Amino acid sequence: MGKTVGAPILEVEGVSLSFGGVVALQAVTFDVREHEIRAIIGPNGAGKSSLLNVINGFYHPQQGSISFKGRRRRQVDPHEAAQAGIARTFQNIALFRGMTVLDNLMTGRTLKMTSNFLQQALYWGAARREELEHRAKIEEVIDFLEIQHIRKTPVGRLPYGLQKRVELGRALAAEPQLLLLDEPMAGMNLEEKQDMCRFILDVNDQFGTTIVLIEHDMSVVMDLSDRVAVLDYGRKIADGAPDEVRRDQAVIDAYLGVAH
Amino acid sequence: MLLEEASTDTFPRLLLKQVEIRPDRPAIREKDLGIWQSWTWTQVVERVRALACGLAAQGFRRGDRLAIIGDNRPRLYWSMMAAQALGGIPVPLYQDAVAGEMAFVLGDAEIEYAVAEDQEQVDKLLEILPQWPRLRRIYFDDPRGLRHYAQAELMSLDSLEAIGRDFAGRNPEFFLDEIGKGEPSDVAVILYTSGTTGNPKGVSQTHAAMIRTAGVLVEFDGIGKGDDLLCYLPMAWVGDFLYSYAQVHIAGFCLNCPESPDTVMTDLREIGPTYFFAPPRIYENILTQVMIRIEDAGWVKRRMFRAFMGVAKRAGMKILEGKPAPLVDRLLYRLGEVFVYGPLKNVLGMSRIRVAYTGGEAIGPDLFDFYRSIGINLKQLYGMTETCVTVCMQSSGDVRLDTVGRPMPGVEVRIAGSGEVLVRSPGVMKEYYRRADATREVIDAEGFFHTGDAGYFDADGHLKIIDRAKDVGKLADGTLFAPKYLENKLKFFPYIKEAVCFGDRREKVCAFVNIDMAAVGNWAEKRNLSYTGYADLAGKPEVRDLVRECVEKVNRDLAADPALGNSQIRRFLILHKELDADDGELTRTRKVRRRFIGEKYDSLVNALYSGEAGCHVETQMRFEDGRAGTVSADLAIVDAKTFDDAAARKAA
Repeated sequence: MGKTVGAPILEVEGVSLSFGGVVALQAVTFDVREHEIRAIIGPNGAGKSSLLNVINGFYHPQQGSISFKGRRRRQVDPHEAAQAGIARTFQNIALFRGMTVLDNLMTGRTLKMTSNFLQQALYWGAARREELEHRAKIEEVIDFLEIQHIRKTPVGRLPYGLQKRVELGRALAAEPQLLLLDEPMAGMNLEEKQDMCRFILDVNDQFGTTIVLIEHDMSVVMDLSDRVAVLDYGRKIADGAPDEVRRDQAVIDAYLGVAH
Repeated sequence: MLLEEASTDTFPRLLLKQVEIRPDRPAIREKDLGIWQSWTWTQVVERVRALACGLAAQGFRRGDRLAIIGDNRPRLYWSMMAAQALGGIPVPLYQDAVAGEMAFVLGDAEIEYAVAEDQEQVDKLLEILPQWPRLRRIYFDDPRGLRHYAQAELMSLDSLEAIGRDFAGRNPEFFLDEIGKGEPSDVAVILYTSGTTGNPKGVSQTHAAMIRTAGVLVEFDGIGKGDDLLCYLPMAWVGDFLYSYAQVHIAGFCLNCPESPDTVMTDLREIGPTYFFAPPRIYENILTQVMIRIEDAGWVKRRMFRAFMGVAKRAGMKILEGKPAPLVDRLLYRLGEVFVYGPLKNVLGMSRIRVAYTGGEAIGPDLFDFYRSIGINLKQLYGMTETCVTVCMQSSGDVRLDTVGRPMPGVEVRIAGSGEVLVRSPGVMKEYYRRADATREVIDAEGFFHTGDAGYFDADGHLKIIDRAKDVGKLADGTLFAPKYLENKLKFFPYIKEAVCFGDRREKVCAFVNIDMAAVGNWAEKRNLSYTGYADLAGKPEVRDLVRECVEKVNRDLAADPALGNSQIRRFLILHKELDADDGELTRTRKVRRRFIGEKYDSLVNALYSGEAGCHVETQMRFEDGRAGTVSADLAIVDAKTFDDAAARKAA
């Protein structure tokens, strides 16, 4: 592979997050380098999704800081994160079920729209020009994800695997620099998983997008990712290349349990 | 007129002619990024020139073979044109073949240059490369995923075209000179036939054969520049070469490439083709989808659909064929066209269809009648790769369910003593590529091609294909016995899933029947018949009567046919278990293994022929979990009514 991993684009430093008495993250430090595929793994409740939510501003940590593209801050809001070039998908698909695939993808372009409400309502002037440009961009995503055949199908009618693909499409529509994928392959069959793996690799390769993903399927994680971070009870217990992590005793204990 | 004119032509010269006649009309369209893109004839010839010059610059010589692998895409068609312009031979391959199958064809056709659609096809070719190192160049259309491939053999079609434009700049006369050197007797294409046994064979078809055949077709259905065709069937199939590629060169209409194989139904609707070909299973899928959606529709729509389909069934075919129909039915049919048939055809993308064809296998009567009754001019044809298809076709207004029509102009059809259909026509292939032995086996000294199919002409001169020649036998009294033909007739009933007919060298025909569990189960539930499983249901006297009615209907049909009248089914039994590939009774593609079944159940066969009223049977069978066990049952043997010729005519 001719891929070159660059300098860190995202750095999470000493982040702690708790909800009342429940500690979700404890002094987690973690970085993502430009153009890499970074996996976060860990048992249920380890804090993986919380970490993603901290990165894109859903949760505000009590301690620690996050810096994205060199800008360090304690808190970000989701819209700021999106504006800065972070897009994500959710563990439980969060699409508009009654809308078509096309319309759902179009929502991914909202941030890039500049025409005002009146223009959009009348489909006039800048709004018209803009819509055509956005539609062209969306068509590229549709072509990329090979979902031409469901362009006009309401999302609610699609099988689960395709919904996941549409959600990835909406994230891609925002042309992100950093893509956060929360269990992109959960509940998929083998063929759907293989397709999704290929799309993730292609996104990373063709658009140069940096990817952080949470995944349970270990074989997928080992095949896809450049580096893996392992969380357990809100703490990072290992970090490194997939092979190192696989051999790490703390990781084996966390996954298989230890005799007490 | 077309016939003589075509005789000096090659495909590249026809291309130049089209550019002269209609330079700015669209020649080909493809849906890309959600929009139908089109290329005019002038643009097409420019792209073909670039590709041809590029290939020449890369060492592609007259007579070289160019493999084409992928879905129907404009650039793959242009690559075929480019190869032909240089006097080379395109060899389209089935895009879903696995690497092993492709390796055989590459080696057999000695292919050094290949055009592949995308990464998937490139990967297969690279996998074959160690076995077939003579493959020098692989050109790809879609660069996605191929950025990091460093193999020296790989090049994009974009780069090839750039090389070609450069080459053409330095040698401006080259392209036309090369086209000038082509001869109509040159091989235009090699199409590999799947062949049921052994390795595939490459059918070499000349420019003259394809062009003359396509000329006949264009005249037959009056195809012209206003027509539209969606090319969605594999490029490696002779039909795509003939209907899409060859016809477009002659008639100059527009070819439409679907956006992706999954979007064909949508694309069909957007394009609204006027000429359509599909094998029976596609028509069946479409009908099934329609029926499912009607079941889900509200009751008003459902009632309307049922009522008007009743009218269509009564009068639609007569109206389509211009035969007299009662005035009331005509008026109702008009109304139906507005409320049901028209919208339905629109949804299916069939509003503009002038002629639709089906072929390749038998089509069920319900299916055939459905399309014809809503006003779609569905017709049947008969042919194979070796004859450029086009042996027999039904002309509009002369369509029948159980024949394939009359021989086409210029085609001689002869029935051999064994019942085999022999064909001599301008479309008969030149040879199997590098297989003189196989060629001699199928083309005799007089130039007749032996099709391997058994058939006969009925009283009106229509050809009726009944079976593969090797499966056809004779009853003791010399009547033709075509088991598959009888079995298919039985299987067209929804209640019958499989049937096995016996009768070769015996005095009468008897049959085993498998009922269709879902359909018969449903039928039984509606009648409050309780049953425990397949064997129980199959043993019910009511079910036996149901099947007997089906068999008797088949017999009535057969009686009307003098050649087959004596092969009516006299006795049958319903098997106590479903025939299964795991027990070796069916092939994996679900064809019955008649001889194996006959031997396995010889006690049942004997009982059928000895006139007993029943028989006890014990059979080994393999259950789905892999265990083997035995089932036993007492089967009743049923006598079916037979009909004589005159009575059947009266009834019909």
